[in-house]
Amino acid sequence: MAVIRGSMPSFELFQPTSVDAALALIGRHGAAARILGGGLDTFDALQDRVVQPAALVDLGGIAELQGIREVGGGLEIGAMTTLAEIARHPIVQSQFAVLARAAGAVGSPQIRNQGTLGGNVSQSTRCWYYRSGWTCYRAGGNSCFADTPTAVNREHAIFDLDRCVAVNPSDTAPALVALDAQMVVRSSRGERVVAAEDYFLGPDIDITRMTILDAGDLLTAIRVPATWAGAHFQFEKVRDRKVWDFPLVNIATAMKMSNGIIRDIRLVVNAVAARPRRLHEVENAVRGKPRDAATATLAGELAIKGAQPLRHNTYKVALTRNLVQRAIRG
Amino acid sequence: MVSRRSFIKGAIAGGATVSAASYLFRNSGAALGQAPAPGAAERLLALNVNGQLRHVDVPKEETLALTLRNRLGLTGTKVGCQRAECGSCTVLIDAVPHYSCSVLTHSVRSRQIATIEGLASPTGALHPVQQAAIDQQGFQCGFCAPGFIMATVGFLKTNPSPTRDELAEGIAGNLCRCQDYDKILTAMMSAAEHARRS
Ligand SMILES: Cc1cc2nc3c(=O)[nH]c(=O)nc-3n(C[C@H](O)[C@H](O)[C@H](O)COP(=O)(O)OP(=O)(O)OC[C@H]3O[C@@H](n4cnc5c(N)ncnc54)[C@H](O)[C@@H]3O)c2cc1C
Ligand code: FES
Ligand code: FES
Repeated sequence: MAVIRGSMPSFELFQPTSVDAALALIGRHGAAARILGGGLDTFDALQDRVVQPAALVDLGGIAELQGIREVGGGLEIGAMTTLAEIARHPIVQSQFAVLARAAGAVGSPQIRNQGTLGGNVSQSTRCWYYRSGWTCYRAGGNSCFADTPTAVNREHAIFDLDRCVAVNPSDTAPALVALDAQMVVRSSRGERVVAAEDYFLGPDIDITRMTILDAGDLLTAIRVPATWAGAHFQFEKVRDRKVWDFPLVNIATAMKMSNGIIRDIRLVVNAVAARPRRLHEVENAVRGKPRDAATATLAGELAIKGAQPLRHNTYKVALTRNLVQRAIRG
Repeated sequence: MVSRRSFIKGAIAGGATVSAASYLFRNSGAALGQAPAPGAAERLLALNVNGQLRHVDVPKEETLALTLRNRLGLTGTKVGCQRAECGSCTVLIDAVPHYSCSVLTHSVRSRQIATIEGLASPTGALHPVQQAAIDQQGFQCGFCAPGFIMATVGFLKTNPSPTRDELAEGIAGNLCRCQDYDKILTAMMSAAEHARRS
């Protein structure tokens, strides 16, 4: 359990200027090293001693990880591109607006000026038991302090509970899943490309991490294919305050319509489970249906099938249902 | 009379001598400090702050807010939360507002840093945003003012003629605990107008 809080621990700092040099460093230091993007998830975790890396590898000096490139009607976004840059990018705004809105809904202006897309999708959970240093499952212990009769768990999961009830709090993650984005991951062993949907892990697969990133892995870019360019998009985020607060529930929708009929759709909800939840069943049920109140009602009910609310987060069930209804109804 | 401000500045100056002395001490061969691991960042760095190059000896884990305040004596930058949650530490890095409590000093080595101390002209004329804050009595205790002013200066560079709503959103990353936000917004809107005219 963390005892020292509010001051930064000491660490060695590496500032490579190429991906190869960064890979060599994280390969050499293994689990003792931690990657530093904008640092807005990392510094809190360091100050609370949730993680205690011997070395930080700062990616800020690597030009090849920066910026947004057009590739075949889609985009390749360097992992170190800031959320502010994504939110104001003309093509992201005009063709992939769901991502622009999601990036623009993160934290505060200063957080978006510094926080990166790579860091936003790779961030850890904000479960405060875990983030306060309690030795829970996620921290290698054998209990979940957020799932006891007296636990304060208003922000926690309602789906796929498996010992740990923490949620993935990212705003951009559901947008990227909705866009069928691909994550480009490199390590000293080579490059692999993973669908955004498969980038995130639930506790059933690995209770100690939120993504497939292993020690030695670097997320170099996020590819947004042309598939959904110019589709009908929606992004909604419900939170306590308009600034700073993480989503209680957020939802990203991409939809292709013709003659009032939903031809294809992606519906992805986050902050309700340990990973962004793509609503496959709902998507299948509404494909080919008119975009009307009846379809919306059906979608809303299907979306909450199997929900297992905790003591203080029953509201998330109604919220999820209503957000899905609204996404369909428009 | 010793004011609180001059006392703090004196203490910082004293500290600076000590750290400079210990730096020399290390370089004289006494095995006090460890040599950085191969390829790791050097502790000694040059920072460009308000147009001046300042040489400082900074631990890897130190944040910019602490370097500015404790090593460079620039105590205009305030530290409220140290968690990216209040905005009082806002400075400009390459003209863009950042929370200096959540930036490692070593990561801004080759960047231009601007703090509240650098806003006024060398002749002492206040920056239009500072002047508007005074004219409109934009702040009460003033603790949040340097952060708000830097956030506004940065925002106005990207949008010199904002609507009130746009400005409210642009400087939403700053908290105030005693003035009313409406008054701050009025002052900052009038600042935008001053800035456009000057
Ligand atoms: C006050 C506050 C409010 C916030 N509000 C929100 C919010 O509303 N919505 C939201 O989504 N987030 C929010 N965040 C969380 C988060 O800080 C930001 O979303 C930000 O985008 C994280 O990016 P970063 O680059 O700063 O992360 P970092 O801290 O640098 O990185 C986060 C994690 O990802 C890893 N990582 C970073 N880059 C890479 C890479 N290229 N390859 C492999 N691993 C990598 C790091 O090792 C670390 O584990 C908030 C944070 C704070 C402090
Ligand atoms: S002190 Fe930096 S945001 Fe509060
Ligand atoms: S004027 Fe006192 S905190 Fe803002």
